[in-house]
Amino acid sequence: MAHIQLKNISKSFGAQTALSRLDLDIADGEFFVLLGETGAGKTTTLRLIAGLEKPSEGQIYIDGVDVAGWSAAERDVALVLQQYSLYPRYTVRENLEFPLKPKIRRLPDAEIKERVERAARTLRIEHLLDRKVDRLSGGEMQRVSIGRAIVRKPRVFLMDEPLSALDAKLREALRTELKNLQMQLGATFLFVTHDQIEAMSMGDKVGVLHRGRIVQTGTPQEIYNNPRNTYVASFVGSPPMNLMEGRLVDGRAVMAPKTFELPLSENGSGGAGTGGAADGRPLVFGIRPEDLHLESGAPVEALVHDLENHGVQKIVTLRVGDLQLRATVPAQTAVAVDQSVRFGWNPEKVALFDKGSGLSLRHEA
Amino acid sequence: MATAVMTTLDPKSRAASRGMSDLAIRNLFIIPTILFLIVFNIFPLAYSLGYSFTDFRASTNAPANFVGLQNYRDLLNDPYIWNNFAVTAKYVIISVVGQVVVGFGTAMLLNRDIPFKGLITTLLLLPMMLSMAVVGLFWKLLYDPSWGVINWALGLGKFEWLGDPRMALYAVAITDIWMWAPFVMLLSLAGLSAVPKHLYEAAAIDRAGPFYTFFRITLPLVAPILMIAIIFRTMEAFKTFDLAYVLSTQPSTEVIAIRLYKMAFQEWQTGRSCALAYIVLIMVLAITNIYVKYLNKVKER
Repeated sequence: MAHIQLKNISKSFGAQTALSRLDLDIADGEFFVLLGETGAGKTTTLRLIAGLEKPSEGQIYIDGVDVAGWSAAERDVALVLQQYSLYPRYTVRENLEFPLKPKIRRLPDAEIKERVERAARTLRIEHLLDRKVDRLSGGEMQRVSIGRAIVRKPRVFLMDEPLSALDAKLREALRTELKNLQMQLGATFLFVTHDQIEAMSMGDKVGVLHRGRIVQTGTPQEIYNNPRNTYVASFVGSPPMNLMEGRLVDGRAVMAPKTFELPLSENGSGGAGTGGAADGRPLVFGIRPEDLHLESGAPVEALVHDLENHGVQKIVTLRVGDLQLRATVPAQTAVAVDQSVRFGWNPEKVALFDKGSGLSLRHEA
Repeated sequence: MATAVMTTLDPKSRAASRGMSDLAIRNLFIIPTILFLIVFNIFPLAYSLGYSFTDFRASTNAPANFVGLQNYRDLLNDPYIWNNFAVTAKYVIISVVGQVVVGFGTAMLLNRDIPFKGLITTLLLLPMMLSMAVVGLFWKLLYDPSWGVINWALGLGKFEWLGDPRMALYAVAITDIWMWAPFVMLLSLAGLSAVPKHLYEAAAIDRAGPFYTFFRITLPLVAPILMIAIIFRTMEAFKTFDLAYVLSTQPSTEVIAIRLYKMAFQEWQTGRSCALAYIVLIMVLAITNIYVKYLNKVKER
């Protein structure tokens, strides 16, 4: 088990910068999820920690020790890749035994057998042990590659989008299994994904990576409720947070092309949610879809543009002027497309961002 | 698939306007090839099988007498012929093993990011493109005991590469290795670059050492294509004639093909040499079959 620290890490491939001045701190036994779009530098971060790439700048510490000169083997990490990378032509058992067999750390046969069987039991692949890996389904292959990681009892588990190649059902099942496995082993997990649902549901902590920089780290709740900037706000959450440009006038949010306004705080500017923003400052107002509500007496009128039925709830796309907003409402709410409705928001849940920098005023303060 | 190969002729094509049917076109292409094969391959093969049971000599007008299996019996009881086979076997083993070691080794060295990789690969392939007789002639010069470049470079003085009966076969094999190792290298390189890079990364993470990685990952994945290279080279080495004939006249380098040539065209024992050719053919077939069986087994794993 280990505590991982990345200090001021930069990595460039030729002229292209993958990571710039990245700091990351992953506590021992933590399930840390690195969330970001394709090309944000997630995989690079993982490969740097694994020792498959060398950083152009900065240090990596595992348990306080600088591991710059250590090879992948010496770092004692396990890496599960998106493309499984099982050793072809071998059986599942041979694949699981592989990391235990090299001469340097050759374990007694009985111990190997026991570890393989325990891993197989944990991942429910016991019946596949003697099958060739070429004849496995995607989900089975991914289990085997996770199994190959756990037989070794490494200090750190690194997982590079291990679930993204699987179908939805299996993804959900393995998500829970992985989370259980992590709790059972008490190991440090670094999990990379572009899927914010995965990040939210699995992570103890989430780090949002954007263009080679960590934008925000925090618990899933913090990230969701208190995004540090507009990027995080629009990236995390499905449907994403509604963002509207406007300014603050007498404790009311006035949207930029002066189409509508909403109350923000009772006692004028400087209230709980506004973070001391001065009147008239250009802002971006962020509100989660679930904090918009449709009511007959609500302040703003809008047109229903689109409806998506998700079973428990409906996602309503509203149109006010040029703006499109999304609201999640209970499924029984009676609305129809092109119907005129009135909506309001929960002023306590509004997030304010500076228009120029995109930073949240709450974090700025 | 087999049915899809035969497509109908485009009715607007020139051939169709000349009144040719699909069948006529097909025959036009296939029949000359088949005729050529029959005249130059199948017919001599069958005809020589007939001769192998006679005492026919192409140099005389004497009629051929049917002698049954006498030729085969004589050949298989002839210790000199067995000696030729022994020489051939030794030659095949030395040269094929040498080619695989050198070729695969070079491929391993080239299978990474190095500058001028394409140019180096092309230059290394050059020996393969030369004519056997030319290679034989200039290696004869290189091996020359008094002014050959090899002795000069290695400081061997007047070492007799081709004159020494114990060394001559190795000298011929070295030339063959020089010429054909690039072939093994080319096929191995194709096999090596087909091994996914992430497997090596996974192995590195799994703390496998270089030897372990090589024997557990690289070799099993390259084995099928390497086997194909070995099959080709064994067949070729078995029927080596030109290189050995040009380089050396030593009895210790008299491989079976040279013996056969002498028997057929210097001693004019046509019937006997036909029988010997058949024995060689059967042997090559048998050896290749063993290889192919093994190859299929390797592929299945």
